[in-house]
Amino acid sequence: MDVIINQPAVTPPSVQKPAGPLALTVRNLSVFFGTNHVLKEVSLDIAARAVTAIIGPSGCGKSTFLRAINRMHELNPEARMEGEIRLFGDDIYSRKVEPVVVRRRVGMVFQKSNPFPTMSIVENVTVGLRLNGVHNRKLLAGRTEQSLRMAALWDEVKDRLHAPALSLSGGQQQRLCIARALAVEPEVLLMDEPASALDPLATSKIEDLIVQLKKDYTIVIVTHNMQQAARASDFTAFFYLGELVEFGPTTKIFTNPAQKRTEDYVTGRFG
Amino acid sequence: MTAPNHRWRKFKNSLMQTITFACAILVVTPLVLIFYHLLTEGFSSINLAFFTQLPKPVGEAGGGMANAIVGTFILLAQAAVMGVPVGVLGGVFLSEYGSFRLNRWIRFTADVLNGVPSITWGMVVYALVVVPMKGFSALAGGIVLGMMMIPLVMRTTEEVLQLVPGGYREAALALGIAKWRAILQIVVRTALKGIITGILLALARVAGETAPLLFTAFGNHFWTHKLTDPISAMPLQIFTYAISPYDDWHRQAWAGALVLVMFVLAINISVRFLTRDRFRRNI
Repeated sequence: MDVIINQPAVTPPSVQKPAGPLALTVRNLSVFFGTNHVLKEVSLDIAARAVTAIIGPSGCGKSTFLRAINRMHELNPEARMEGEIRLFGDDIYSRKVEPVVVRRRVGMVFQKSNPFPTMSIVENVTVGLRLNGVHNRKLLAGRTEQSLRMAALWDEVKDRLHAPALSLSGGQQQRLCIARALAVEPEVLLMDEPASALDPLATSKIEDLIVQLKKDYTIVIVTHNMQQAARASDFTAFFYLGELVEFGPTTKIFTNPAQKRTEDYVTGRFG
Repeated sequence: MTAPNHRWRKFKNSLMQTITFACAILVVTPLVLIFYHLLTEGFSSINLAFFTQLPKPVGEAGGGMANAIVGTFILLAQAAVMGVPVGVLGGVFLSEYGSFRLNRWIRFTADVLNGVPSITWGMVVYALVVVPMKGFSALAGGIVLGMMMIPLVMRTTEEVLQLVPGGYREAALALGIAKWRAILQIVVRTALKGIITGILLALARVAGETAPLLFTAFGNHFWTHKLTDPISAMPLQIFTYAISPYDDWHRQAWAGALVLVMFVLAINISVRFLTRDRFRRNI
């Protein structure tokens, strides 16, 4: 095993804490893949019922940060973490906590829409409940409508709930994936570049949806699209080379950043 | 923009095309020849009696292979009962669990087993089953075919599971679904057609095996009611008839070979149908 040397950040991050209730508190989070130190000592507070955007150039660790919040990074057998993440006060890396339990509380939507191809629209929405032992038909039907409505898909699919999920368009498939994640009623919804594979119209639908969803959910979204972060989020964190550079209200990050690196990135001078 | 050796290049191109085409034809030729020969020699001996009657003693005309046809299905059913669960679950392990080093060894072992001559399988099961049971039996025949199926099914299952995009596994786990459930009800379900294809191809492969059955199922000219008795199978019956000096029996052997090839062909065609829309909707 190689010795890993923690190099101090060039400048300490500029962090402006969100006011109001917090959903997640991240303290000194480091993630390693083998000897590769991907995320370095990140500390961040994520406000409840708000949208927090994570921005930064490719390879800056923003996806890893997102996946550490629902312990998905552990699918890589080389992964190791240090530090602490608390979800509404509960240490999600406590030895007593199973990753499965964390993932029921923290849902995720991926870059590439991935509805299960062997299942119908309604089966996709209810799969998380059914495979966790919920078989009450009334409850499943209610949750299907509720989730599809929240994902702004109900009106488009209510007459063909039993059609194959893959018969939907790309944008509809992604909203179906959002409905699928919402159906298990998570407390936090993670979105990993949810619109980067979609056309502008489908993208704007997803963005509207994000703004709608924050009434009920805490949302953390990774995006490469500056405009998207500016339009849809309340708080923005800028990551660079595995470090948190700046975190604060979105308007401040985009109009009056404290750090030169942030300003260069959001104005498109690098990245 | 014409290169000076343009014509020479064109010639080389068409030469290559011709050679590869000739080789492709060479691959198809044996199948055509086999079919032609089987049809001309065997078709005249196929009649209702062939499918419904027991073999007749030498010198008596007529008779059929009913017991061997049924025997083949009994042996294949036993082989499937043993080979499919172990093969499929082994393939699931290789694809979804284990470590790189361990899986490399298991995969290598399975590939070696797939290359073991079938007569060797027969000898192994003779020593492990026939000798302790003090007699040839349908059970021993089923066991040897089942053992041969396991590495075949395991490798094809692994391969089709690997074709399932990782995004489906991630999506399932991100919903808080336990790993075993995600694998069985999402990953395996997505690859189900491919897994069934692998099973059918393995069955088609062992359906024609003769050598391992010589040491185990042994053959029988009558109906068999117990798995502990010797049983006939089509390849065995064909073998017995083919090495006999009688013309009647030779004709029966040709007819049997034709039916067996048709059976294997039918499996292959049904596989084609199963996999036809595989790349349109599912993987």
